[in-house]
Amino acid sequence: MSAPILTVEHLTMRFGGLTAVNDLSFLVYAREITALIGPNGAGKTTLFNCITGFYKPTVGRLTLAHPDGASFLLERIAEFRVAREARVARTFQNVRLFAGMTLLENLLVAQHNALMVASGYTLLGLFGSRAYARAQAGAIDKARYWLDRVGLIDRADDPAGALPYGAQRRLEIARAMCTDPVLLCLDEPAAGLNNRESAELNAFLRAIRDEHGISILLIEHDMGVVMEISDHIIVLDYGLKIADGSPREVRSDPKVIAAYLGVPDEEVAQVEAEVGL
Amino acid sequence: MANESEPAKPLDLPAAVKEAAIAALVALGLFMLLIGIRTDQGPTGALVFTTRFGALAAIVAAVFVATLIRATLLRGAGISVARLLPASVSTAASALTGYAAAAFLVFALIVPIVFYGNRYLLDLAILIATYTMLGFGLNIVVGLAGLLDLGYVAFYAVGAYSYALIAHYLGLSFWICLPLAGILAAFAGLLLGFPVLRLRGDYLAIVTLGFGEIIRLILLNWQNFTGGPNGVSAIPRPSFFGLPFNPSEHGFAATFGLAYSPTHRVVFLYYLILALALLTNWVTLRLRRLPIGRAWEALREDEVACRALGVNTTTTKLTAFAMGAMFGGFAGAFFATRQGFISPESFTFAESALVLAIVVLGGMGSQLGVAIAATVMLGGFELFREFDQYRMLVFGGAMVAIVIYRPRGLVATRTPSVSLRDHKDIPAAIVRDARTETAA
Amino acid sequence: MEYFVQQLINGITLGSIYGLIAIGYTMVYGIIGMINFAHGDIFMVGAFLALIAFLVLVAIGVTAVPLALFIVLLVSMALTALYGWTVERIAYRPLRHSFRLAPLISAIGMSIVLQNYVQIAQGARVKPLPPLVQGGYTLFEGNDFAVRLSNIQIIVVVTTLVLMAGFSFLVARTRLGRNMRACEQDLKMAALVGIDVDRTISLTFVIGAALAAVAGLMFLLYYGVIDFFIGFLAGVKAFTAAVLGGIGSLPGAMIGGILIGLIETMWSAYFSIEYKDVAAFAILIIVLIFLPTGILGRPEVEKV
Repeated sequence: MSAPILTVEHLTMRFGGLTAVNDLSFLVYAREITALIGPNGAGKTTLFNCITGFYKPTVGRLTLAHPDGASFLLERIAEFRVAREARVARTFQNVRLFAGMTLLENLLVAQHNALMVASGYTLLGLFGSRAYARAQAGAIDKARYWLDRVGLIDRADDPAGALPYGAQRRLEIARAMCTDPVLLCLDEPAAGLNNRESAELNAFLRAIRDEHGISILLIEHDMGVVMEISDHIIVLDYGLKIADGSPREVRSDPKVIAAYLGVPDEEVAQVEAEVGL
Repeated sequence: MANESEPAKPLDLPAAVKEAAIAALVALGLFMLLIGIRTDQGPTGALVFTTRFGALAAIVAAVFVATLIRATLLRGAGISVARLLPASVSTAASALTGYAAAAFLVFALIVPIVFYGNRYLLDLAILIATYTMLGFGLNIVVGLAGLLDLGYVAFYAVGAYSYALIAHYLGLSFWICLPLAGILAAFAGLLLGFPVLRLRGDYLAIVTLGFGEIIRLILLNWQNFTGGPNGVSAIPRPSFFGLPFNPSEHGFAATFGLAYSPTHRVVFLYYLILALALLTNWVTLRLRRLPIGRAWEALREDEVACRALGVNTTTTKLTAFAMGAMFGGFAGAFFATRQGFISPESFTFAESALVLAIVVLGGMGSQLGVAIAATVMLGGFELFREFDQYRMLVFGGAMVAIVIYRPRGLVATRTPSVSLRDHKDIPAAIVRDARTETAA
Repeated sequence: MEYFVQQLINGITLGSIYGLIAIGYTMVYGIIGMINFAHGDIFMVGAFLALIAFLVLVAIGVTAVPLALFIVLLVSMALTALYGWTVERIAYRPLRHSFRLAPLISAIGMSIVLQNYVQIAQGARVKPLPPLVQGGYTLFEGNDFAVRLSNIQIIVVVTTLVLMAGFSFLVARTRLGRNMRACEQDLKMAALVGIDVDRTISLTFVIGAALAAVAGLMFLLYYGVIDFFIGFLAGVKAFTAAVLGGIGSLPGAMIGGILIGLIETMWSAYFSIEYKDVAAFAILIIVLIFLPTGILGRPEVEKV
């Protein structure tokens, strides 16, 4: 087990009277695939939004540690900076692509910041600087690489809105990869995929972890995917953490089973006490 | 749905008559007081009225007949209004974009030569070119970045007044004042951009409208500085790089051995605005291929996704406003020097609405579309000059009709800024404008 | 002090008129998420209809002012409601599933149409009406200044209160009100549970227009003069009021209206009358920056 890349400490998120995430603490280890599971409404996407800077947590600390030693307090950083400086990339539960732009353009937007600098914040680029042309060619190469990895290279010039659902999800991951992240947060990447596609996704995620050394945090409901590729699983229910461990440990944890499958009426009180509700 | 064609239905006369009768009744209710009665101030200043029941009856009858026709003949034959309007214009315009653009440009260049003797047409050409440039400028904000700006006239005004006042108080030449006007307008664009950063769709629109009105009201009321309702007059006219357009021996005509003619200046003005418009066009096309342009379009498609990718949407929006404003300012400076006199009356909300209509009709984001739309709208306006009062009425109705039947405008495709293998155009139906959560 | 109280009274009266118009904006925005840009011009049409109806009534012999006003109120409400209904049918309903900007652009076009229609039909010059409701009460005096509460001011405020109460009842207790609230929450779901969404939306526009008609009549009686352009400015200010109070909130619309009326009146009285419209626009901008959901609005959390 390597060093933790993300440390979540006492994270709480309240919306008025509703507590979506309740005193949550856990670690995400570097170069591992960590899965976040739990019934609907457990607070998983809220947690993602806190990590990626879209929500400001009510209480808590989120520390991101880069392999080179740089450290970031994510709860204080605006979302675009989380992506740009802390290098945390994410995908969305309802895919958010730039539908009217081509696949290639989508992936170029992901490389916006590097290209902006190379274009001299537009001024150099406006007058046709050679350096910018080189940078753009490099960016297109990177885009080409990732489109190839997700099997969409043939449709590079098609509008993203014209892709079938599964392809859109893959494109979103490819686009996230183009931002050169150290932590990749995926929100239900396997939703709507059939068995074959899920298997391909598994292989792809493992390859990202192994070949590129990127840590992955994913929200998922598909237990096949979760159990298959996760190094580490965290289980949430009603905003609370109810389990934290390896797939084998989590699979046989009675609290987890209770949360997912429910329990006979007689045992409700007992289980609730155990879980802390 | 306005654009679906309806299947042919059997002729159902009683139902059609009933529909027509209801429509006529509604028309009667709507027009009975406002058209049937005409109020005027009588000799004592109090209101008197006359009746116009003839006109009322005619209109109600017309509504009855029109509805009857629509309910019977058109539906029966499976024709819907949408199909009567040439859909082919959109597809043709898209397919021939390259050729059309070239042809348009050539035509624009030779207009002064072809119509040299016709001062009226030259003035019209200048007007169209001015609004085309305004359309290009607003296109950056609305078409590319998807920020609905209803107060664009503010930047036009800032540019015009900046030029007029700087030339007036500091006596600098046009060529120095022009960039200054643009910079000041860009600054105004930033000023507008800051408050609206977090606003969406309709709210953004209303605030920009407010901004436009605030500028106009300040110009109207700050008598000491801007001349108030009297405006600024005696604005220096442009010279041909130092050679004035007058009959003197140092004038343009004398220097080039031509007989003096006031048309010289008009032609110069035309080429000047054409050059400015082409500059705006060139810059916009280049910016589209640069990261900033792509970021604008991505912003329009999905702002949340932009932020998740590390794009600083704040600076992106501000840049869009500033760029759009700058070009509006250039156009304003041109306007000031062309007219020689400006007043707040030229900078009302109606102007913003007109430029917005041009951008929307043109097919947001398309440069060629904007040029065509400006020509059509302003040309149309001029054609109906005698019907001054009805012009605006028709303009408003046209806006409604266009957005219902041809919502994507004339050029209904988007050209990608970069491609790997094939450069394919994207149909407008897939391209999104600024996305918000509350669309019905 | 006396001057201030007088401005207070004037401001509340003006604010009531704005509030009535603001309700139309807030209802429509709440239910279909669009700014009915033409709503201010509906108010203007209502004022004109009231004016003409009154002239006709006088001409045919109805000279008792209260009776005439009552009939004028009903007639103008009915006909203005017809305008509201027609505008929605023609310009907005076809665009319900179109892209985001479409209804706004259509509304702008409709606003231009209405303004020019009235301008052509009735001429561009102002239309004056002799003061119909006269008299009032002197509340108290001091410092050479008498604070007056005129009858028309009483009528405006009382009418507004009555309508507000009636309308709140409608929204809270009746079936139509429930349908409106359902559509406001989730249009698709409302349709799925069997609510006639088209009809509910139409009625929303109709009611908004009727209230705007009342505002138009009040405006006519209070100021005594109207022209085809009053809708633009009143519309923007009323929309500001709706936003200030919290868009989608009925009491918010009224509170916002009163506030805008007060601010405008105080600004004219104590600072400068030329820039009073600037004050309204400036407030709009300030409110939207610092209080985007307004005073009584629900804070919206962006769903990511």
